[in-house]
Amino acid sequence: MQCQRCGERPAVIHLTTIVDNTHTEQHLCEACAAQQGIETEASLAKFPVGDLLGSLSKGAATQLPTAEAATRCTACGATLQDFRETGRLGCAHCYEMFEAPLRTLLRRVHGASRHMGEPYVSPGGAGDARGPAVEVPDLAGLREQMQRAVESENFELAARLRDEIRERE
Amino acid sequence: MTLDLDLLPDGGVPWLDASGPEGQVVLSTRMRLARNLRDAPFPPRASDGERARVRDTVVPAVLGTEALGHGVTIHVDELSRLERQLLHERHLISRDLAGLGPGSVVRGGAALVTAGATGVMINEEDHVRLQVVKSGFAPGAAYADLERTDRELGARIPFAFHREFGYLTSCPTNAGTGLRASVLIHLPGLVLTKEIAKVLQGLTQVGLTFRGLYGEGSEVVGNLFQLSNQTTLGKSEEELLDHLGKIVRQVIDYERQARERLLRNAPMVIADKVWRAYGLLRYARGLSFEETMNLLSGVRLGAGLNLISDVGVYTLNKLLVFTQPAHVARRAERALTDPDVPAIRAEFVRQLLDEDARRKPRGGAAPSEA
Repeated sequence: MQCQRCGERPAVIHLTTIVDNTHTEQHLCEACAAQQGIETEASLAKFPVGDLLGSLSKGAATQLPTAEAATRCTACGATLQDFRETGRLGCAHCYEMFEAPLRTLLRRVHGASRHMGEPYVSPGGAGDARGPAVEVPDLAGLREQMQRAVESENFELAARLRDEIRERE
Repeated sequence: MTLDLDLLPDGGVPWLDASGPEGQVVLSTRMRLARNLRDAPFPPRASDGERARVRDTVVPAVLGTEALGHGVTIHVDELSRLERQLLHERHLISRDLAGLGPGSVVRGGAALVTAGATGVMINEEDHVRLQVVKSGFAPGAAYADLERTDRELGARIPFAFHREFGYLTSCPTNAGTGLRASVLIHLPGLVLTKEIAKVLQGLTQVGLTFRGLYGEGSEVVGNLFQLSNQTTLGKSEEELLDHLGKIVRQVIDYERQARERLLRNAPMVIADKVWRAYGLLRYARGLSFEETMNLLSGVRLGAGLNLISDVGVYTLNKLLVFTQPAHVARRAERALTDPDVPAIRAEFVRQLLDEDARRKPRGGAAPSEA
């Protein structure tokens, strides 16, 4: 089949559009499709490798509330404005200082803000007054994890979590 | 400080031996954990003095772990640009630590402790970047090694950890587990059948991301892709690895199917492509890095399809590392910009391919004893 538009090159893009129950079909070559702004696999493949994470974090950083932009971290002196410009926080204490806006940001970037991974016990152990509280996922967290394991068909993990929940209950 | 890469265990690239599972499609599995000290500013904000103190705290702790007890410590900030690029080309340090990004300089206090498969970057954008690399597709083995060293290290130096957010990192995109698991995968079948865009699009929809050979922000060359998890928070390490493993298995299957289809539907076209690539590599008198990578991809495909037996995957992996710009320049003691570099590269490629061809008789027979 020849391209409907130029009539020269073979049609490789077959586009079906339905607008208000009207069904139209287009048969185009790659060049004509590109001219019409239709994205093809070939045109997508030519895109440079996008740094999705980078753009996401930078984009999110610019959306943080402006009222708090000038507040300084008492440990390192960094502000939210600095974060907005560099995409990097100043120190671990920044997470305490800017907890609320960062929680929002983390939810947007990761879809969650609660760590579900391995808990950490610092060298000082539980007795270390300066050490952050070590949190083992609570029952609700475990149930959430089990649900996700079931959804992703990881039944082995789901069974292990189920046993752990039963034990704690 | 001058750099002698020969002192590194296995040259720092033990994964080149292609001994791992799925070696025909997956070159390597790389995992890293981002960790920070509790009481020091993150490296991008810290002063040279603060970063030097971090290095002097972290290095002894790292050398006290089992995996890195005999590790080699390299002060990256004392190396020349060419030497930093060499380490980067071996994937031992990131572009950030090497200070090779546009307009970026190497940070004072930047260091590396490496023992081949396991390494620690110090003063990258996080104080500690622990990484393990394995040959082929081996997420379980890589993570087991990673976790063991992380636990030993975390017992020696206090890491920044938040009751809700988990491990704290300079960039919030790494917070939580701090775990980035990635595989370096060769997908010429999906590129040739033009299915790659669909597959890559699908990946981003299920929370995976892809990059080029050199990681963040790098272009795809030689049909090599790095697939990795996009998020690090809200899921356990086990869930993250399980998810990545499942998706990568699927991509490997797609790639195999694409290769089989190509071989079935266009055997002459594929054979011609493979042998032309081999012919060029074997006889060309000048090769750019990009051309080399693309030709190597063709030959690698041929080796995977058993169309070509004159060259082994180990040699192809070696060529992948040793034909990179800094490696060629260093080998011939030339500058990176020397106009003879393409000729030197071509000579090196001919030499390695020639050695392999001598070892293996033509026609796909088993390697001889000689």
